[in-house]
Amino acid sequence: MISVEHLTRQYGRFTAVDNVSFTAATGRVTGFLGPNGAGKSTTMRIMVGLTRPTSGRVTITGRDYREMVNPGLEVGVLLDASAQHAGRTGREILAVAAQTMGLPRSRVAETLARVGLTEDEAGRRVRNYSLGMRQRLGIATALIGDPQVLVLDEPANGLDPAGIRWMRDLLRGFADDGGTVLLSSHLLHEIEVIADDIVVIGQGRIVAQGSKAELLAAAGTLVRTADPSQQDRLARALHESAVVTTPIDGGLRADADPELVGETAHRAGVALRELRAADGAGLEEMFLELTAQTSREGAAA
Amino acid sequence: MTTTFPPAAPTRTSDGPPPATRAVRPIPTTRLVGVELRKMFDTRAGFWLMASVGIVSVLASAAVIIWAPDTAITQETFSTAIGMPLSVVLPIIAILSVTGEYSQRTGLTTYTLVPWRGRVMTAKVVATLLVGVAAMFVALVVGALGNVVGTAVTGLDATWDITLAQFGNIVLANVLGMLMGLMLGVLFRSSAGAIVGYFVYSFVLPVAFGTLAAFQEWFRDLQPWVDVNFAVTRLFDQTMTAEYWQQLGVSTLVWLWIPLAVGLRVILRAEVK
Repeated sequence: MISVEHLTRQYGRFTAVDNVSFTAATGRVTGFLGPNGAGKSTTMRIMVGLTRPTSGRVTITGRDYREMVNPGLEVGVLLDASAQHAGRTGREILAVAAQTMGLPRSRVAETLARVGLTEDEAGRRVRNYSLGMRQRLGIATALIGDPQVLVLDEPANGLDPAGIRWMRDLLRGFADDGGTVLLSSHLLHEIEVIADDIVVIGQGRIVAQGSKAELLAAAGTLVRTADPSQQDRLARALHESAVVTTPIDGGLRADADPELVGETAHRAGVALRELRAADGAGLEEMFLELTAQTSREGAAA
Repeated sequence: MTTTFPPAAPTRTSDGPPPATRAVRPIPTTRLVGVELRKMFDTRAGFWLMASVGIVSVLASAAVIIWAPDTAITQETFSTAIGMPLSVVLPIIAILSVTGEYSQRTGLTTYTLVPWRGRVMTAKVVATLLVGVAAMFVALVVGALGNVVGTAVTGLDATWDITLAQFGNIVLANVLGMLMGLMLGVLFRSSAGAIVGYFVYSFVLPVAFGTLAAFQEWFRDLQPWVDVNFAVTRLFDQTMTAEYWQQLGVSTLVWLWIPLAVGLRVILRAEVK
């Protein structure tokens, strides 16, 4: 689990990351979505100790990154696939990482196979790699230590649609095995394809977070019953009032305003745990608005 | 516009057994030194720089045998002929070991795998010293072979005129040169900048100081104290007196140790991008 608590990073008077808090849960793929320059990369660099926060902290499985004695075995990190020595071969880059972590040499070939780089490709120097191949190599570096947590900055950048599907399956499997994945992207559709949970950041601030289903749901009302077994009863009562419902994430989304849903629940005698407007329809719109704002201002990443 | 949703309840709760925690052992410094040594050799540039150490030694020995007058074919001539070109190549190896992390941006990986930059820099310094000393032994062996071959060609008795102390001084001079390369790498954090800085350091400054000393009486006595190349070069070919050592200490303090300390401090604190 990754826990970001009130993280702030200022550069002079510019606030790149502004009181950011969120959690990437174990067993889930969390997408960190925001336009370029929104503060994603800065947040991720702070996570792994490359940048010092002005205030706030990040813990990964309950600890500060620098408290880990051999972090490569606990957290797999890919910050920039292009940040590899152009004069080394892909295999050599992995071998250096394996040696640093103290892993047996055999892991290099295994990991190359896992990310779909052939022997021939691994023997080429990285300057001759396409961006997609660099991404695979970067992911291999992150995976080789067999970590519990992955922190990946724009890993799908440069991958073709088949590559994106490959990455989704890889990360899905990783999360299903009890791992934690945090990946960033500036493309909504990439995050939609890959992530379970979404955290949206714009101009250094978190503007929305929740499960993908919640955030992408159309407008309406989100309702959760106190006792999950009562959910069907509420759904039936709403149908009788001609309200269409869709189950999402342990609750219901109802095409009606919260007042009507509340009254219906009351009449049906169902106690509620949560009742609010599900204004998730705004996600795409909000995201476009964020993108438009920041692209005008041209803030640095 | 701010739309905030409560964080989603994780579907997967901690019902299952906790993930098996593996015994994670700290990274020993010897391993870091091994990794840094490997990184000096494993690029094409690094490989050829290292290979050039051997190639230069052989070429310099051959040149001595071919062109030096017979009486000059002594071990010292060989060691000087080999040592001078090496003193140019070795600092560049030291420069690249630091600046590669920034120019090629590999620091992003290095410092995430080893988030203690002081330890990474220590490993680089140790690796640099090892390469410096090893290169000197290569040069010593090649020079000795040259001396044997050279005297066989001329038919004279081989002159073995390098004492242990002299060899020690030559090793020290090269190690100081490599540390200067390291210092420039740390200060500039860019291969191009540091290499230019290195040539200014080793070719432009000595000429400037030498010219100044030639025309200004007052500077002549001062030069050994401020001209670091002047002070270091004496290690190669002169008997070091107590005063020479003091001058070496003072000039390296200003031109090497203080900037190195400043540069390392910056590296420890700077953001890695």
